[in-house]
Amino acid sequence: MVNCLNKNYYVCTGCALLCDDIEVEVSGDHITKIKTVCRKGFSRIGGCIEPMPCTSDGKSVDITTAIKDAASILMNADNPLIFGLGNSTSGAQKQAIELAKRIGAVIDDSSSFCQGPIIEAILHEKIHTCTLDDVRNRADVIVYWGADPSNSHPRHLSMHSYFPRGEERQHGWEDDRTAIAIDVRRSHTAKICGNRFYQIPLHTDAFLIEALIDALSGKVPKVPFEYDIKKILELANVLKKAQFGVIFAGLGVVYSIGDMGTMTRLMDKLNEVSNFHLIPMMGHYNMRGFNQNLFEATGYFNRVKFEKRENGFDVKHGVDYSIMEVLNTKKTDAALIIGSDPMSCLPRSTAEYLSEIPLVSIGPCENFTSRVAKVTIPSALSGVECGGSAVRMDGVKVTFEPMIKTARLSDEEILKRIMEAI
Amino acid sequence: MEIYQLLPKTNCKKCGKSTCMAFAVALLSWEVAVEDCPPLKDVEFKNNYEKLLEMVAPVEGSTETGLIVHEDKCFGCGNCVVACPVNVANDPHGAGIGRAPTNDKLILRVEDGIVRAFNIQECRRFGENRILCNLCIITCPTEAIEFV
Ligand code: SF4
Ligand code: SF4
Ligand code: SF4
Repeated sequence: MVNCLNKNYYVCTGCALLCDDIEVEVSGDHITKIKTVCRKGFSRIGGCIEPMPCTSDGKSVDITTAIKDAASILMNADNPLIFGLGNSTSGAQKQAIELAKRIGAVIDDSSSFCQGPIIEAILHEKIHTCTLDDVRNRADVIVYWGADPSNSHPRHLSMHSYFPRGEERQHGWEDDRTAIAIDVRRSHTAKICGNRFYQIPLHTDAFLIEALIDALSGKVPKVPFEYDIKKILELANVLKKAQFGVIFAGLGVVYSIGDMGTMTRLMDKLNEVSNFHLIPMMGHYNMRGFNQNLFEATGYFNRVKFEKRENGFDVKHGVDYSIMEVLNTKKTDAALIIGSDPMSCLPRSTAEYLSEIPLVSIGPCENFTSRVAKVTIPSALSGVECGGSAVRMDGVKVTFEPMIKTARLSDEEILKRIMEAI
Repeated sequence: MEIYQLLPKTNCKKCGKSTCMAFAVALLSWEVAVEDCPPLKDVEFKNNYEKLLEMVAPVEGSTETGLIVHEDKCFGCGNCVVACPVNVANDPHGAGIGRAPTNDKLILRVEDGIVRAFNIQECRRFGENRILCNLCIITCPTEAIEFV
C-alpha cells in the first residue's frame, strides 16, 4: 500500500503491470468501489465466479485433511510435478521451490511455452532492457511487436508507454512520442498507432527482423512476401532516429521467431545505430517473479528438476523437464498445480494426461484443472485478500497489502503446511 | 456530413452563416438551432427538418455536451483520461502522467473498470469558447466515447 497525499493506494494484480495507484472503498469485508482500475483488474479484484472448494477424493473436507492428503500424494510420487505460480506472490513461489527440493520434483511455469526465451535472454543480459518508468519519462519511439496491450494490459499505453507526459517527454503522445505496431492483424493497439501500423503475414516476423537489420546496415532490405520495401526503409529510419527506443515484445513475435537469436541480433544492430531497449509483455502478474526466483535459486529460470541424492539433490534443467515433455512422455506420476489452469491452456492431447494422475490443485477459483483434481485447496486471492510481493513485467519489485480480510490461507501458508506434513 | 446533406444546400445566408456547411458545423456544436435556418421550415423540407431535429436532440444518457460512454465497449484503459487536455491542465501530476487522479477537477476518470464523466461543464465542447475537441474520441481503441 502506497501512502500518497493522504490517500491509500493499493496494487492491482490483474496483470504484470501491477498498477500501484488503485483506490478501494470497503464496507465490512466487501469492496464497494475500485477507482483507476481497468476492467480486467476490476474483474480480478471482484473475485471468482466459482470459488475453489476444499475437497479430497470428490468429498468436502476441512483444510487440515486436504493438506494432509495433498502431502501424501506428493510424498508417494516418484516423479512429481509442480506447475503454475504466475498468479502467486514471490513468497509462495520461493516456498514452492523449497517444496520441489524436498520432494525431488520437476518445477515449471507457463513461461516454458510462452515468454521463456525472452526472459532467458534478459536474465543472461543478452538483451538491453529498461523499466516502465524509464519508458514513461524518456521513450520517444515505442514499438508494440506481436503484442496488443490495449487488451492484455489495458493501462499500458495510458500509464506508461504512449500517452502520459514524462520528464523528458513533456508533450506526451501528441508531439513527443511515436507509437508503432507490428502485427499480423489490426489490433486495438494497432488502431491507436494509426499509419504506423505494419501488418505482416503470419509467421514472417523473422524475415522482417532480417530486413530491418539490412536496412539499418545501409543494405536494400528483402522479404519473401509481398511488401512495400519503402515502408520497411521508413520504419528502419524511425527506429534509427530514436533517442530512447523500446520494443514491447508480445507472444505473437516470440511464437513466430522461436529462438531469440534473431531478435538479439536486431537489438544489437539497433544499439549500434541508436538506443533501444526491450521489455517482455509478461501476462500473469508474477510470471517474471517466478523466473527470477527460480533463477536465483538454481541458475535456471524454468524447466528445473531437483533430483534427490543421498545428501541433498542435483539440479537438472532442460527441455526434458518442461511441463509439455513430462506430460507427453507420461514421466510424471503426480502433480501440484498452483493458481493455474493447464487443462485449459495446454494442448488437449498433452493436458489430458493430468486427469490420469493424482492431482492437487491450489487456487482461489475453481477451473478445468481443479475439476479433475483429487485434492482441491482454496487459497486467498493474492493482492486482494493477502499481501506479498511480485515482480512487474520490467523486473521492478512491487509489494502489496491485502484490500480485505479472509479466513482462507494464502498459497504460501498452504505450501508451508504441506511441507510440514511431509 | 449527414447534417449537411439534409440542409437546403443553397448557401442563402438567411441563417447568418456564409454557407450551409458552416451552419452544419455550428449546429453540431449547438451554436445555432435547427429553427435558425428559415428555408428549412418550408413544406418541401418538412421531412429533413424533422430528421435534423431528431439528430441534434440530446440523446438519453448523454450529458450537456452530448458525451456518451458506451459502457459495454469501454474497458477502462484510461487513454481518454490522460488525453483529455482539461484533465491534464487540472491534474498534471495525476491524470496528466497516467496515474490516479489527485483532485476532483477531472472530466473523465475510471471507476469500477469503466470511464465516467464528471464536471462536464469544463469540457471544451461546452460553454462560450467551445471548440470541437475530439481527443477523447480518437484515443479510444474501441470507439466507446461518442458525442451526439
Ligand atoms: S492494467 Fe493490469 S495491473 Fe493495471 S489495472 Fe489493469 S489489470 Fe490491473
Ligand atoms: S471533448 Fe476534449 S475536453 Fe471534452 S472530454 Fe473529450 S477530450 Fe476532454
Ligand atoms: S479510451 Fe475508450 S476504452 Fe479507454 S477508458 Fe476511455 S472510453 Fe474506455
